Amino acid sequence: MWIDRTKCDAHRLCAELFPESIRLDDWGYPIIASGPIPASLLPHAQRAVDSCPVLALALRRVARRA
Amino acid sequence: MTHLALLAGPAPAAGAESFADHTRRLGARPWGNRGLIDTIERAGLVGRGGASFPVGVKWRSVAERRGGAVVIANGAEGEPLSRKDQTLMALRPHLVIDGAMLAAEAVGAKRILLYVGEAHGSAVMALSRALAQRPAAEAGRARVLPAPPSYVAGEETAAVNFVNSGVAAPTAIPPRPFEQGVDGHPTLVQNVESLAHAALIARRGDAWFRSLGVNGAAGTVLLTVSGAVARPGVVEVASGSTVDEVLALAGGVRGTARAVLLGGYFGGWITARQAGTMALDPKGLRAAGGSLGCGVVSVLDEAADPLDVSARIMQHLANESAAQCGPCFFGLRSLSAATTRLAGRQPDLGDLPKLHRWAAMVKGRGACRHPDGAVAFLQSALSVFEPEFAAAAGARGAMVP
Ligand SMILES: Cc1cc2nc3c(=O)[nH]c(=O)nc-3n(C[C@H](O)[C@H](O)[C@H](O)COP(=O)(O)O)c2cc1C
Ligand code: SF4
Ligand code: SF4
Repeated sequence: MWIDRTKCDAHRLCAELFPESIRLDDWGYPIIASGPIPASLLPHAQRAVDSCPVLALALRRVARRA
Repeated sequence: MTHLALLAGPAPAAGAESFADHTRRLGARPWGNRGLIDTIERAGLVGRGGASFPVGVKWRSVAERRGGAVVIANGAEGEPLSRKDQTLMALRPHLVIDGAMLAAEAVGAKRILLYVGEAHGSAVMALSRALAQRPAAEAGRARVLPAPPSYVAGEETAAVNFVNSGVAAPTAIPPRPFEQGVDGHPTLVQNVESLAHAALIARRGDAWFRSLGVNGAAGTVLLTVSGAVARPGVVEVASGSTVDEVLALAGGVRGTARAVLLGGYFGGWITARQAGTMALDPKGLRAAGGSLGCGVVSVLDEAADPLDVSARIMQHLANESAAQCGPCFFGLRSLSAATTRLAGRQPDLGDLPKLHRWAAMVKGRGACRHPDGAVAFLQSALSVFEPEFAAAAGARGAMVP
């Protein structure tokens, strides 16, 4: 999951919709767990991406490990 | 000032070297091509703007892209303790222009922007005059672009953004400038000192450059020496020289040194004892996980309050956040406020543990590396001045982690 930090306005929706990988820092901005997102959580991730009011989030494909 | 390579030639008092004198002294520059990229890689030249990234690797990655590239010679020098880029541009403008031309030819760029901090008047003037002295074919390819006087204006995506939109604030990556920079073209952003070294390597070869270094390092390095020394200023020394040797060149330490700030506001404190024998080798320090940054060597006297000095630097860095990214803007503000309270010996309960926690929390969470640099600086202060911080926190009986 990729975030454009210059856009994020701490609307916090993403952390509510995808708590498995996103928590908030002391100022209300998301801390996103590093590494690929497990397939089972992709729907949650997609929901968070779609709900961000300022379109700061995106999902990027990563090369699958052999 | 010592004069080894970049600053060899007329004395500083003579001012900017003219194109005629420059050409008489050094000979005409060769043409830049892919072969030059190999030479620069063999020379072991690394960038002098702060990140110490290998110059040849960067040129190659731009050269391999399609579409007319652009070169930005980065002379923004927003670091308050650094003078070396201004000095180089003011005294040897044609070396910088030579380097930019060679880079443009080697990577296939048609346009060159000489991006110079607008506050550095003599540098702006020297480069503008120097450009007017060049043959029309060269002068037509380049122009001087004054950079706003902010700390982040020199960050590479900010430089590109300024050219594109007039706003010198960093942008989110990817894309990086070498992928998509000025007007969407692959863009090489290179520090002016890096380019000037390239101009000499193109004339004299990689073996010559390597032979200038000592203790296994390659080339020379420009440093700005400040703080508690007899003769602060810019020096050029052999890469690999020790901090003690550099301080001797600056007339020696005034008083007793407590610590040395290496690399500037983005660098870090080291104790004077550790610093003494440390070799100033940009490539070697990077390999060891440290950094020479932009070549700042600043001596803190034992009589000064390290917490106060560190707090003032944190305030500056917090104020210089481009205020685009929350963790950078709010994080640095919180870190600076807590450091300032500790320096005033009036901390809130838990300020010291909070500094440690917030530093880790902010790192890596900006669009650019501004917060990372600030955090690295603070963490060095927390470690080198641990007793002072602990005593300041203890003033309120706070817990030290
Ligand atoms: C906040 C910030 C400010 C910077 N300011 C400068 C600067 O003033 N001059 C400079 O050459 N590089 C500066 N840099 C580094 C540039 O982003 C870039 O790495 C450099 O210009 C590349 O040239 P080099 O590889 O020759 O060092 C800055 C980086 C950051 C994160
Ligand atoms: S929903 Fe968007 S704006 Fe809100 S915190 Fe998450 S990324 Fe930032
Ligand atoms: S990290 Fe800070 S300085 Fe860098 S773009 Fe974001 S707000 Fe600006």
